Amino acid sequence: MRALVAMSGGVDSSVAAAMMRQAGHEVVGVTLKLWSGPGGEAPTAGCCTLSDAEDARRVAAQLDIPYYVLDYTEEFRDGVVDRFVQDYVSGRTPNPCIECNRTVKFDRLLDGLADFDCDVLVTGHHARNRLEDGMWALRRGEDRAKDQSYVLSMLTQPELARTRFPVGDLTKTSVRASAAEMGLRTAAKPESMDICFVGQRDYRAFLRDTAPEVFAPGPVVASDGAEIGRHDGVIGFTVGQRRGLGVALGEPRFVVRIDAGTSTVVLGRRDELAIAGVRLRQVTWTAGTPVTGRVMAQYRAHGEPVAATLHDDRLLFAEPQEAVAPGQTVAFYDGERVLGGALIADTFQ
Amino acid sequence: MIYLDHAATTPMRPGIWEAMRPYANEVFGNSSGVHEVSRRAKNVLEEARERIAATIGARPQEIVLTSGGTESDNLALKGAALSRSPRSGVVTIATEHDAVRETADFLRRLGLPTALVGVDEDGAVDIDSLLGRVTAETAVISVMCLNNETGVIHDLPGIVAAARAHHPEVLIHTDAVQAFSSQDLEVDALGVDMLTLTGHKFGGPKGAGLLYVREGTPLEPLHHGGGQELGRRSGTHNVAGAVGLAEAMEAAKDDRLRFRTEVGQIRDDFEKRVIAGLPDVVVNTPETMRSPHHLNLRFPGVRNQTLLMRLDRAGVAASAGSACQSGAATVSHVLEAMGLAAGEARESVRFSFGWDNTPEEAVDAADLVLGLVEGLR
Repeated sequence: MRALVAMSGGVDSSVAAAMMRQAGHEVVGVTLKLWSGPGGEAPTAGCCTLSDAEDARRVAAQLDIPYYVLDYTEEFRDGVVDRFVQDYVSGRTPNPCIECNRTVKFDRLLDGLADFDCDVLVTGHHARNRLEDGMWALRRGEDRAKDQSYVLSMLTQPELARTRFPVGDLTKTSVRASAAEMGLRTAAKPESMDICFVGQRDYRAFLRDTAPEVFAPGPVVASDGAEIGRHDGVIGFTVGQRRGLGVALGEPRFVVRIDAGTSTVVLGRRDELAIAGVRLRQVTWTAGTPVTGRVMAQYRAHGEPVAATLHDDRLLFAEPQEAVAPGQTVAFYDGERVLGGALIADTFQ
Repeated sequence: MIYLDHAATTPMRPGIWEAMRPYANEVFGNSSGVHEVSRRAKNVLEEARERIAATIGARPQEIVLTSGGTESDNLALKGAALSRSPRSGVVTIATEHDAVRETADFLRRLGLPTALVGVDEDGAVDIDSLLGRVTAETAVISVMCLNNETGVIHDLPGIVAAARAHHPEVLIHTDAVQAFSSQDLEVDALGVDMLTLTGHKFGGPKGAGLLYVREGTPLEPLHHGGGQELGRRSGTHNVAGAVGLAEAMEAAKDDRLRFRTEVGQIRDDFEKRVIAGLPDVVVNTPETMRSPHHLNLRFPGVRNQTLLMRLDRAGVAASAGSACQSGAATVSHVLEAMGLAAGEARESVRFSFGWDNTPEEAVDAADLVLGLVEGLR
């Protein structure tokens, strides 16, 4: 088999490449060049930075595999960064890493498999993908704390059929141990937690620099509609936010809703944050068949799944949930197995 | 491997490494020192400088030894812009190598007047447009001899004559790193004030280059320090590099006539064979005013990074343009300046031939290209 390994320069994808090589496959390593700042400067933190590409290149050399840097900066700008900005402008809470998986990493690299004359795409995600009774089953990774199946819930059967996650069967500790054993330079490399194009800055600072025109001032209102303050742009707020609201009310207040159309931020008590359910869009059925009825639903990358019921494009939580915002991804599970995923179009109480 | 990326770098010609070797370990002295081993090193260095100067018709004291093309371009532009002369502006062209473009942009960010002049669809510069951007503040005009991505030869004699006629006080610099292996480069015939060369583009060592600086040219150094190179470039001399550079310049100059005919024929054979097999291939290199060893081809419907990867696997080394840190095949600013759309630039591949290529390699490489492109469509 010929495997195209997406190497971010981190330890997981380094070990994924090494495992494919050890299994006797022909391996080609690639790093995606995704972003340079408005002045063309390379990002310094997050995945896929210039120094990460250097690490990936060195690991590839050590494994004696061909390695290339692919330029997908235009696709990333259009499909991920512009959309990230647009989501905030519209009062949504985006997950750019999932959009990157959806519109760049998996989309472009799976499309490109034929070009590279490769059979499968391999990444360093912590998730498991196995053929069971003629269907590909995507499950949580062996290391529950590092599980990344949530960010893969936009994958479909034809995509899973051409994708492998070799480190999904390992704990992070054994990934590092195996990297150290092979002498890979990335063995002890810290994990990146930042959004790559935002870096270590606050995402609001990024938006201020990138799209200053989207900061439209407006009112801060109580849930009864009374104006209790002003803000300089809805982009500064997220549903569930408590700090930095710019108003003092004597008792805890939270952002319960953002109306981008009128540039209004609505504050309320904690109990007003409770969300009974969500309306879904861009639903994908990872397990291959549409699902109705009871599922476990996870709406944050490292959140706990909660009981819910699926009816067409609606998901009803068994217990009301707090801080659920339009734009987030929700993944549906049956135990460890991913059934599908969707974007939250809006929420209802 | 069939190596067709000589515009990026070349293998060293025979004998050069051996000529350099003694100055790494035996005659290792610091050429500014006061003892025997250093005097010997100094003598070797100055002999090398004389040989280097002779190959381009310069005087030895007009040769500033540098680490290579990028440093020489930086020294030429920054040195002229920041010198004691009251003029501080730079006029250059859109298709220059990043060593010139980014240096000009740096000077622009410092607040100095800079202008980037466009090119036509063949990559040629219009002399009137170029001179139209020269003002009373312009310190230096920088136009490369021939382009590293397409091989288009600029009308340097025309540019120099026109600039001298209208703006005699403006300095003229040319980056000639791509030209030395095939073009006659005599500094007085060219009439330029500064000229950049680097050894590794014509069979010499990496890390050894020069900036020719006509006597009397005001120049601020980039490297301040011990005052080597008559104060124009401080730093302990790379004696072995200077020897390698001298050897390579003499060898390349002696080989020029053969290079133009034989390497040119190899390039032409490759080009004809590819076009015969793929009639829709677009030749980005112009038909006239082209170097004998560059060839930039566009393969409609094939993304260049895919073709380059397939070629690499098949044992053919080519590139999409200038090599940068990331190694990504980004959209070529040269092809964009010639009016190609980004998508067209992403279908373009540069093949550059060198002193070591054989006629058989041209045939084999062309056949591999034909097979791969047909397979990818």
